[in-house]
Formats: sequence, C-alpha cells, structure tokens
Amino acid sequence: MNSLSLRTKAFTLVGIAAIGLTALPALAQGAVAPNYRWLTFAVFAAIIALTMYVTYVAAKRVKTASDFYTAGGGVSGLQNGWAIAGDYLSAASFLGIAGLISQYGYDGFMYSVGWLVAYITVLLVIAEPCRNIGKYTLSDILAYRNDPKKVRIVGALSTITVSTFYLTAQMVGGGVLVKTLIGIDYEISVMAVGVLMLAYVLFGGMVATTWVQIIKAILLVIASIILVLLVWAPYGFSLPAFLQDVVGDPKVQLRVAGLLGEASKNMTPQELGQRFLEPGLLFKAPIDQISLGMALVFGTAGLPHILMRFFTVPTAQAARKSVIWAMAIIGGFYVLTLFLGFGAAKHVGPAAIAAVDPGGNMAGPLLAQFLGGGADSMLGNFMLAFVAAVAFATIVAVVAGLVLAAASAMAHDLYVGVIREEHVTPQEQVRAARIATVIVGAMAITIGIAAKGQNVAHLVALAFAVAASANFPCVLLTLYWRKCNTGGIVAGMVVGTLLAVGLVLVSPNMTYPKAVRGAAEKVLAADGPKRTAAQADIASGEAPKVTAGQKTIAALDRAATKAKGDIERVKGETTSLVGLEAPLFDLRNPGLISIPLGFLAVILGSLFYRDKRAEDMWEELYARQNTGILASRAAAH
Amino acid sequence: MAMTSLEWGAIVADPRFQVLHRKKQAFLTGLMIFSVFFYFLLPIGAAYFPALYSVKVWGPINVGILFALSQFAVAWGIAFYYSWRANNEFDAMARELVADFEKKVKV
Repeated sequence: MNSLSLRTKAFTLVGIAAIGLTALPALAQGAVAPNYRWLTFAVFAAIIALTMYVTYVAAKRVKTASDFYTAGGGVSGLQNGWAIAGDYLSAASFLGIAGLISQYGYDGFMYSVGWLVAYITVLLVIAEPCRNIGKYTLSDILAYRNDPKKVRIVGALSTITVSTFYLTAQMVGGGVLVKTLIGIDYEISVMAVGVLMLAYVLFGGMVATTWVQIIKAILLVIASIILVLLVWAPYGFSLPAFLQDVVGDPKVQLRVAGLLGEASKNMTPQELGQRFLEPGLLFKAPIDQISLGMALVFGTAGLPHILMRFFTVPTAQAARKSVIWAMAIIGGFYVLTLFLGFGAAKHVGPAAIAAVDPGGNMAGPLLAQFLGGGADSMLGNFMLAFVAAVAFATIVAVVAGLVLAAASAMAHDLYVGVIREEHVTPQEQVRAARIATVIVGAMAITIGIAAKGQNVAHLVALAFAVAASANFPCVLLTLYWRKCNTGGIVAGMVVGTLLAVGLVLVSPNMTYPKAVRGAAEKVLAADGPKRTAAQADIASGEAPKVTAGQKTIAALDRAATKAKGDIERVKGETTSLVGLEAPLFDLRNPGLISIPLGFLAVILGSLFYRDKRAEDMWEELYARQNTGILASRAAAH
Repeated sequence: MAMTSLEWGAIVADPRFQVLHRKKQAFLTGLMIFSVFFYFLLPIGAAYFPALYSVKVWGPINVGILFALSQFAVAWGIAFYYSWRANNEFDAMARELVADFEKKVKV
C-alpha cells in the first residue's frame, strides 16, 4: 500500500513537471499565434495526462523482467501491429515525408515507398523465426547457437550504437520541432521529452511503452484522415481533379521553376506544374537513392527496437498478424501523406512552408492550421495544436521504444548475461533494467542538449545503415545458414558497424568548412546585383513589380543572414570532423558498399572459425525456428 | 539452453519436416527476390527512364505516380499472399509435427 501511494505521488509529480515544462516556456515566437497558445497547452496537457494515466495503470502490471522488457508476451497481434506502426511513424516519417512531398513533389512520394517495402523483409524472413527462438533482445537470437558471452557483447554494442544514432536524431528533431511550433526553448523541449519518456519506461516498462505507441498511432491516423478528408472533399474525392489543381497552382509552379533554374526558361506554367509530379527534383544521383533503398529494405529488419516488438506477442502466428496490420497501417498512412504533402504545397505553398522550417517539416501542421481557417482562427489554431501535440507524442513514444531497446541490451545482455553470467534473482533483473533505463535516458537528454544546432538528419539513415550492414546479416545467417557461427557473428557485427559509420564519416554528409565557406561566399557575391535589380523594381512604382521586388529583398536578406551565419560557424576551420577537406566517398548512404561487405564478413568469419556448439545447436534452432515447437517453453526459460 | 531431451535430429530428419522446409524455403526465397526486384525497379526507372514516368495517363496522373501507387498494392498483395499460404499450409504442416514430438517430452 505504502509503495502504491509513493508511486501515485511520483506520478503526480512527473505529470505536473512535464505539463509545467511545456507551459512555463520563455514564449518566443512559434507557428502558433500567442493569443491561442493556451489552446496548444490544453491539448498537450490532455494528451500527456492520457498517457500518464495509461502508464499508471500499466505500472501495476510490471513485476518481472519479462513484463518490463516484453509486456510478458501478452500483447495481441492487432495491438502489436499498431505499436509497430507507432514505433515506425517517427517524426522523420510523419513530418518529414509530408514535408518532402510539399517541397519536391514526386520524389518525396517515391521516398516513402521504401519505408513500407522494408516490412516485407521483416514479414518473410525475420518476424516469425525471431518469435520462435528469441526472448528479450536481438542478442538472445544470436546467443542461441553461438558463444553467448562473445555475441552478447558485440550484439549489445551494435544495439546501443544503432539506438543512440536514432535517439539523437529524434531528440534533436523533437527539440527543434517543439521550438518551431510553439516557441518553447530547445533545452526545455528536450528535457520535457526526456522526462516524460523516462516516466513511461521506468514505471510502465514495455506495457506502458506499447500502449503509448498504440494511442499515439491512433491519434496520428485520425488526425491525418481528418486532414485528408478536408483536403480532398472539395474535389468530390477525384484524384485527377485534386492533382490538376495542385499542378495549376502558381506557388507550386514557382517552386519548380526555382528548383530547375535555367532549365525552366522555356517551360509554360502548366508544364512547370506538371513537372512537380515527375521524378528528379530531389534525387539527382540514382546510385544514392538505391543505396538508401537498400539500407531501408534490409535495415528495418535489423532495428533492435523493431525486433524487440516481436517478443511481446505470444506466438509466431501473432507475430505474422502484427506485421500484416503494421503494413496496412503504415502503407495507408503513406498514401494519406501523399494528400497531406500535395495539399500543403497547394494551400500553404512550398515557399511559406520552407520559411518556417527549411526542411519542410512543418508542411503537415501548417496545412492543419490552414484547413481550420488560418492563422487567426480558433479552429485553425486548435488543429495546429492538435497536430503539434501528436507530433510531440510521436517523438516521446519513439524515444521510449529506443531507450527500452538500448536499456535491455545494457541490462539483459551486458550485465545479466556477460557480467553476472545469468546468475541473478528476478528482482535483481528488474532493478538492473530500471537502472539501465535511467542511464540511457540521462544519456539521451545530455546528447540531445549537446547536439543543439547540429545537422542530425543523416543520423536516422546511418542507424538504418548500421542495422542493415551488421545486425541484419548476423540475424539472417544465424537463422538460415548451417555453417554460421560465433566467428562470423563477431566479424559481421564489428565489420558492418565500423564500415557503415566509417564510410559516413568520410562522406558528403559531414560538414566540409571549405565547401560551406565557398557556397556562402558565392551567395554573398550574387547578393549585390540581385539587390540592385530588386531596388530598381521597387523604384519603378508599378504595383506587381514593387511586391515582387520587396519579396526578393526579403529573400536576399534571409539568404545573406544564413550565409554569414555559415561563415561564422566554420570560422578558422579547414577540415571536417575527421580531418578531411573534401569527402573521400561519394555516397550519402553507405548501404550499397557496407551491406554486401557485412554479409561477406559473416561468411568468412564463420568459415575461418571452428565452433562445435554452433554446429550442434543447428538442428535444434532450425527445427524451432521453422515449427515453433516448444516456443512457449523457450519464452518461459 | 538445451533444456529438453527432444531428439532434434529426428525432427529435422522427419520427412514431414523436410517437405515443410523445402516448400517454405522455395516460397520465401522466390517471394523475397520478387519483392526486392519490383521495389528497385521504381528508383532505377525514375533515374533512367524519366520520360516514361512522365507519360500522362489520366488527367495529370502519369505513369510514375501509378507505378509508385502500385508498389503499395504489390507490397500488400505479397503480405496477404504470404499470410494466406502460411495460415493455410505451413501452419497445418508444422502443427502435426509439433504435436507428435511435443507428446514425447510432456512426460
């Protein structure tokens, strides 16, 4: 009883702290108008209160390590499908893809396809075997027939690496997002995300994390369906009529002309608009896109926080059902995104979206504001607040799943498996899991604040690349290749991780001060003549010319400020983080090179190593992964 | 980990397991290769055949948009086809095998 009342107090405190954090801010300007900020606050508070209540209820059910890591294996296929969708529809895919479509049209939509196709790999070769032989973590699968200590060490390191990259991108993205939307200070946003996430995971373990994912995924889908209905209804739900209006919009045509530059000189407005529905506005190097596609299609099946979701269901059949549901939800969501992206381009305009956030991430929220009646209306601001709160919940929930995956690697694999050699009491296991959660959570907040202002967009792609180059080959081959053994797993994990990270460090993703300075100086050099021309336009006194001139000057001012900022940022530096003046390696995503080499490392490592246990256990593993025989006992073990 | 005295070698050698394993392996490999191939046609086609993607089919809707939308339909189709085969065929084959062998360790 006493502990319960303590828990209640702890909850009330965390709840108040979290709501307070979002309320107290030094209210700088955000996308929400100041006089409607109370509305944002109310919607945020409602969603936070709902998830805290769920966590409170869940906390009573979390007693053992199995409850904490995998919700005791008691999640249904349908619930897990929604939770997987929740884990996957992170800020990057929810806000990012709508943004890319609003800025680059067709290429943004094409980009979303890979995120769905990835689940075919998960469904066909990963989900069911993992459910049949795994327990809590990625390393459990690897440890089944290989030397448990060795593979747990490399498996845990790779899990922590992948989760940290993903986590950093989410924390920084979340901080920037909340700041842009409602003007809360970056540091406070990051702390609010961290504190809430810690409350979910620490008290409610996987039970709470799963339910928070489900709630958030449902809210996200509802919000998107409402927006799409509002966007599409005026056209009688006709796709050609809707797209015809998009390509006929002058804002869209202007954007295409800007992207194409000189090449657009002889194109009619109608041709410019139509070009928005054709490929090539974003992806210039096909090889880059193929490499990214490989990282997505094979990396998703190696993401520790996604793999972990398959241990929460009781049977292989439930695992199968959960992937089918997840594919239906995720795919359906990306189809809705098509309308959100094009709708935002038509109604808000690519330039207006980019003015709020250069990455285009605000396309969805700004579209919501427009559809509700605009920046000065109550409904518009309510809808913006709702989408903003859902985006915030998205980030917190995704971070919770990632922290749980990293903490399980630390506590279950490294501490319990390697240091204590499995000799621990059930109470010690749960305590270790909670301590690891606090460590990872504190780390996430610290990294989030330290990485302020860094460009972290490529970190999600890097997480996928490491997962595809290290985790995926190891899991796939230990499940399906008789000769795979400890030597192969260690070699594959080490080579795959180092290669993926190493290639990114020397790739065009890094900041090269010389190139940055060169580009900024070019912008400043071009400023003078353009400004003179615009001033001449204003001086002419003709109304349309004056407006155009004023717009040009405003754009020039922005560009000049950014260029000066860039020069200031790289002042005194001549080389990138690893001491290079220019990239050594041209691919933005290393997948094309690192995935095949990761497989090669597993194969060679296995062939050059003798491991009697891996050979002896093969028949057991293979019989189990194919039939699910004794699966309930594997889970109970 | 080996906590039962189940004869794993006997399961793997069982003709029913061999049939299940062969059927599943062939089916999964084929489906996986097809899905990867079909997916990569999209970015490769966009890079090397942009003119084809630009051909208008229905109002402003062009081949490229239809192809990208078809990716969703094909991905869902593969998922449902796999699920149907697994539910109706593989699960039944495994169930019989599992029942036979689990009987031996229940004692």
